[in-house]
Amino acid sequence: MPPACLALQRNASSLSPKPDSDYVAFPGAIKSVFTNKLNFEVPCEYSAMPTYRVIDQHGVAVNPAFNPDLSDEGVIKLYKDMLTISIMDIIMFDAQRQGRISFYMVSSGEEAACVGTASALTADDVIFCQYREQGVFQQRGFTLREFMSQLFANKYDMGGGRNMPVHYGSRRLNIHTISSPLGTQIPHAAGAAYAIKIQRMQNPAAPPKIAAVYFGEGAASEGDFHAALNIAATRSCPVVFICRNNGYSISTPALEQYRGDGIASRGLGYGMDTVRVDGNDLWAVRTAMKRARELALQDGGKPVLLECLTYRIGHHSTSDDSFAYRAKVEVEDWKRRDNPVSRLRKWLEARGCWNDAREKETRADIRKLILKAFGDAEKEQKPPIRNLFEGVYEKLTPDLRAQMKQLREHLDKYPEEYDVSEFDGGKDSLS
Amino acid sequence: MLRPVAVATQPWHRSSYSTQALVGARLNVPIDYATTPLLAHTAQAALGQAELPAAVRSGTTKRMNLFQAVNDAMATALGEDESVLLFGEDIAFGGVFRCSMGLRDTFGDERVFNTPLSEQGILGFGIGLAAEGMRPIAEIQFADYVFPAFDQLVNEAAKFRYRDGTNGRHVGGLTVRMPCGGVGHGALYHSQSPESLFAHIPGLRVVMPRSPLQAKGLLLAAIRCNDPVVFFEPKILYRAAVEQVPTAPYTLPLSKAEVLKQGAHLTIVSYGQPLYTCLSAIRRAEEDLGAGLSIELIDLRTIYPWDKECVLQSVRKTGRCIVVHESMINQGVGAEVAASIQEDPDTFVRLEAPVMRVAGWSTPNGLLYERFNIPDVATLTPILPAVANC
Repeated sequence: MPPACLALQRNASSLSPKPDSDYVAFPGAIKSVFTNKLNFEVPCEYSAMPTYRVIDQHGVAVNPAFNPDLSDEGVIKLYKDMLTISIMDIIMFDAQRQGRISFYMVSSGEEAACVGTASALTADDVIFCQYREQGVFQQRGFTLREFMSQLFANKYDMGGGRNMPVHYGSRRLNIHTISSPLGTQIPHAAGAAYAIKIQRMQNPAAPPKIAAVYFGEGAASEGDFHAALNIAATRSCPVVFICRNNGYSISTPALEQYRGDGIASRGLGYGMDTVRVDGNDLWAVRTAMKRARELALQDGGKPVLLECLTYRIGHHSTSDDSFAYRAKVEVEDWKRRDNPVSRLRKWLEARGCWNDAREKETRADIRKLILKAFGDAEKEQKPPIRNLFEGVYEKLTPDLRAQMKQLREHLDKYPEEYDVSEFDGGKDSLS
Repeated sequence: MLRPVAVATQPWHRSSYSTQALVGARLNVPIDYATTPLLAHTAQAALGQAELPAAVRSGTTKRMNLFQAVNDAMATALGEDESVLLFGEDIAFGGVFRCSMGLRDTFGDERVFNTPLSEQGILGFGIGLAAEGMRPIAEIQFADYVFPAFDQLVNEAAKFRYRDGTNGRHVGGLTVRMPCGGVGHGALYHSQSPESLFAHIPGLRVVMPRSPLQAKGLLLAAIRCNDPVVFFEPKILYRAAVEQVPTAPYTLPLSKAEVLKQGAHLTIVSYGQPLYTCLSAIRRAEEDLGAGLSIELIDLRTIYPWDKECVLQSVRKTGRCIVVHESMINQGVGAEVAASIQEDPDTFVRLEAPVMRVAGWSTPNGLLYERFNIPDVATLTPILPAVANC
């Protein structure tokens, strides 16, 4: 059964106008009543879409009736995921500063938005990310070895040493590999969701699943955002669009990014169920995402938009000094007053299942594990040089074979000009 | 000049955008698709194609034009593989060029459907489908409108397998079809042939058929191929090129050129519609010179990764080469072919003349000027004996 409004639209477009109708019968819009009063709709006459919150800055449930759907151990697991990411961020940011990796991007301030939403998905759900979603990978079970192998581009990096650091991907975890062009993954998620829908129609025994896609508020200005939401709506795709609205895209503040009511207000324009949540509140993002997933699976599948309001505490990347465009005090305030990690910690402490000692011990343990993985990954060989040519096509083309041979001959001729020792198999992989 | 009154009352007054020949034209006469040997006019000719599998060669044929052959290939693909989907702008009712006629009725709205008018959306959606194991056929209404989707094709589709590494995901199931080329009055935005832009992108396969029989075999190969394929359909041939096409499903190999005519003195390399122009010019030139001139004609079919060996072998034999295409000469396919010929040591030493390119001028295709822009028989004919030095 198509959704009721769709059925109406189909009818409307095939109907000619009835005489003296109060409603338009133009095919472009339905149920629009005629008015003789000229009135332009003005955005500022509408109040901003409210922000859903479950626990406040002090970690106290806003609605005392709130009932957590996870055991304390379950929440502690998510808390540890958030801690892991925030500790890894500090270590790897410094590692970049020391020149040990080429690039890094922290996700501080956005740990809850990622870990919380990911925790409401099933392992079968297909995920597309932008690049500031380490929490999603961590929550799903991406190992520290996998993180470090990618960051150091060693021979265990599943990307084969081809991608910049932080461009993670995992088939095992159903997370597509990150690419740098912004917004391109948003229509991919719509297509993946349609694939899921068709595959379930063809095999009703397949488990119900959705696609989820993450992007920042800056990426939402790309044409691909518009294309994706529109096609997902018209094809009724089971997909949840998750916007991390952290106030900045590199140096550009949200005020220079758009003039509407954030990203959430656009969802309605595409005919989409939409919600805005407090992205620093793990419980809010988890609860909203759980519901969004249910909605996405209703009526044979439909898209949902979820906007997580948050704040980018870190620099945009290791190539950015954000104090060039925003005050240090602003960042410090956010860090101190409304931090998703400390907010959840307060909740846990109030529940009596967390304390300073556990916090200290856990942080030390995580740090140790990260440094171990760091050390191991840094020592590993790089992937074979052959990876330069492999994977462009399913099979090597004659051109690529010839070019590989050319490179081999070049390296044979100028061994002193290139260090091939760090690559697995040296130059011998080029044949 | 364009006033309809003048055209109606003065039949001798040629419409400026018509492709009709002038009275007295000896070279630029319309291509006679009904007799050209580049099309299989009989069942025997169609079934005699050596590349076809034996089972197909002992089967039957049906007369089809190019849009019908495309339709036949897509119907075959949709029928044999549930993961094949077809979508684009206006394809549900049959498509603006009739390529998808009847397919929605046969295979259902879930697998054959219209999309919103957004090229980047169409290809982004197709990439997502292919990444999850489907085999989408996306249609871009005109090749001129593929540019909004350029980012999705270049940065996403082409690099998907490469960046996914040992994860092993790819979007090889994706095929992107688009009509291309001059049609007499398409002007700036209904005439373009942007194949060389895609041939510059590692990870994409770029294909252009010249006939219905080829369109069916190459399109089926493209759909089954595990690399993303950009498939150009010369729209001037949709109705004009009619031939016998085997009714059984078959594929023709990608990245394999076809020698259409053997020759000894000169190699002409082309693809798509200009092959017909080339053949007319070759016949005219050979007739004019009698037995003294024989020219080899090669259809690239796949523009990238291309069949370099076939071209090099031919040029090693003839010592001379002309590359012909509709799209602009600057940085076009001809540049790649010419450079490859001169940098191959075995071929370079056998060259007896500079490799020449005959292609569109480095201008957009202005409405009134197409006849001066796209290489025609009059451009080509006198060049052939000159380059062949006969």
